Amino acid sequence: MAELILTPNIDNPDDFYAELLATHEGLDKAASDALNARLVLILANHIGDRQVLSQALAAAALKEED
Amino acid sequence: MNKIFEIPLYPYARSADQDAPAPVRHKVVVVGAGPIGLGAAIDLAQQGVEVVILDDNDKVSFGSRAVCYAKRPLEILDRLGCGKRMVEKGVEWNVGKVFFDERLVYEFNLLPEDGHEFPAFINLQQYYFEEYMVDRVRELQAEGAPIEIRGRNKVAAVGVHDDHVAIEVDTPEGPYNLEADWLIACDGANSSIRAMLGLDFIGRVFEDNFLIADIIMEADFPTERWFWFDPPFNRGQSALLHKQPDNVWRIDFQLGWDIDREREKKPENVIPRLKAMLGEDAQFELEWVSIYTFQCRRMEKFRHGRVIFAGDSAHQVSPFGARGANSGLQDTDNLCWKLKLVIDGKATESLLDSYDFERIQGADENILNSTRSTDFITPKSEMSRLLRDAVLDLSEHYEFARPLVNSGRLSVPCIHDGSPLNSADALAGGPARSRPGAPCPDAPLGDEFLLPKLGGRFVLLTIDADAPDLIEEDGIEVTRLALSVKDDPTMALKERYLGEADSAVYLIRPDQIVAARRPSFDDNLIRAAIRRATGKE
Repeated sequence: MAELILTPNIDNPDDFYAELLATHEGLDKAASDALNARLVLILANHIGDRQVLSQALAAAALKEED
Repeated sequence: MNKIFEIPLYPYARSADQDAPAPVRHKVVVVGAGPIGLGAAIDLAQQGVEVVILDDNDKVSFGSRAVCYAKRPLEILDRLGCGKRMVEKGVEWNVGKVFFDERLVYEFNLLPEDGHEFPAFINLQQYYFEEYMVDRVRELQAEGAPIEIRGRNKVAAVGVHDDHVAIEVDTPEGPYNLEADWLIACDGANSSIRAMLGLDFIGRVFEDNFLIADIIMEADFPTERWFWFDPPFNRGQSALLHKQPDNVWRIDFQLGWDIDREREKKPENVIPRLKAMLGEDAQFELEWVSIYTFQCRRMEKFRHGRVIFAGDSAHQVSPFGARGANSGLQDTDNLCWKLKLVIDGKATESLLDSYDFERIQGADENILNSTRSTDFITPKSEMSRLLRDAVLDLSEHYEFARPLVNSGRLSVPCIHDGSPLNSADALAGGPARSRPGAPCPDAPLGDEFLLPKLGGRFVLLTIDADAPDLIEEDGIEVTRLALSVKDDPTMALKERYLGEADSAVYLIRPDQIVAARRPSFDDNLIRAAIRRATGKE
């Protein structure tokens, strides 16, 4: 069974974060929100694995300690 | 109160130059007696180059200012004769804690690698730093070195000529003129030399104010760097707590853009902020309060004929990551040996173009890193803040988010990939960290360390390889340092310089940067590498 990766997995995290911010630059909040929603769907499709996606949804909700 | 920064350490004294019938010509004039100007002058004087420092003031830094010094600059300062004293006085630290709101979300340890003579970081007030450097100037003078420091000598005008710089200086006793073969401008972010030459200084302005309060306090806080995002005592902003020697604590509050700076600086407004942070009963005394804003910018070129800029006069960064003074000392370390060779006629002026290449590369890396830290610490849009807060929330629960938390990427030296002075890497299996363009990593050699043995000259470091003890190529002398992996039972030397290779020959520059490396000695190739490292190929 595939496991959601929750340890560092991105090379040059600062480069990634800067690119993420740059993608949002100049957008108003509504446009930024929409971009984030599209990004979630694109990344989810790339992952594909339903179990991993369920784990990711739970992790994002910060539910593990409840 | 008689603090070191209130006492004139280099008071004005009349110079014979002021009574000379014609302007006296000096080899090098350094403008500015801050950490970078003093570093440049000491480096040149140690190499026997005659140097005069002009400073519009006569005291060391007012207030603590730059407090965080990294390993590479400390290694440079050791060569300049003051690194060990700074480490003895300074506070070493390795642990950093990151708080978000009221919660500790993340803790890091710099985990300094073993087998280095100098620590990853020390905290030391800039006034001590400069005091020790002024002491070193005095020591060099006592030894007869050609170095002079002139307090309350303010440069009023400069004229740049093909083969010298004419300088007009104001003093308490009126103006005088002098000349220099070379002028190094270390006069800070608001460089008057840069303004006089009409040179631009372009970059990004950050609309934010930060309040520094240095307090003297007997406190039980550990020797750690504590950073707060959006704490209850400074809502919506950030804060930093960091220890300095003598029970002085650096506290830094982000204030935002629309504030009344004069009002915020008043003790009656600073003290309540501090009490909200430290508790109503905290006992402390204010040593120094300042409000700063910052920009990230650099000059297009650092060298303008006979005038060369180093430190903040050439490039300015946000303070997050301690990349100001630390990078400035790497500027002068890079520059001084090159200038010495040019002055001695052993290299042409084109060698100085590599100073521009290498230190602009360093400045761009520092500006990139400090800009990113600033964007994380002070988000400029609602989405930027949402993403930042999401990273902080996740970092409390999941390890993956921690590398994204950016409260300052702490200063590490630049690796000069692509420098015109590098020869292609010819050591198969050699470690990436010591490739051509990289500063030599330190390594233990029994009770001693590698870097002091490299010193400030060209060295051919051989590890389990044969080579001549001395090579001379077109006026450049290269001395061999013969080592074996057996000299270091901890195997750090092998790990840092051989990697998978069985032997190695390194050509190392006077600033301890690798110029070339290969598995064994080859006379033609090493001579070509020496020529290349001195701007002759």
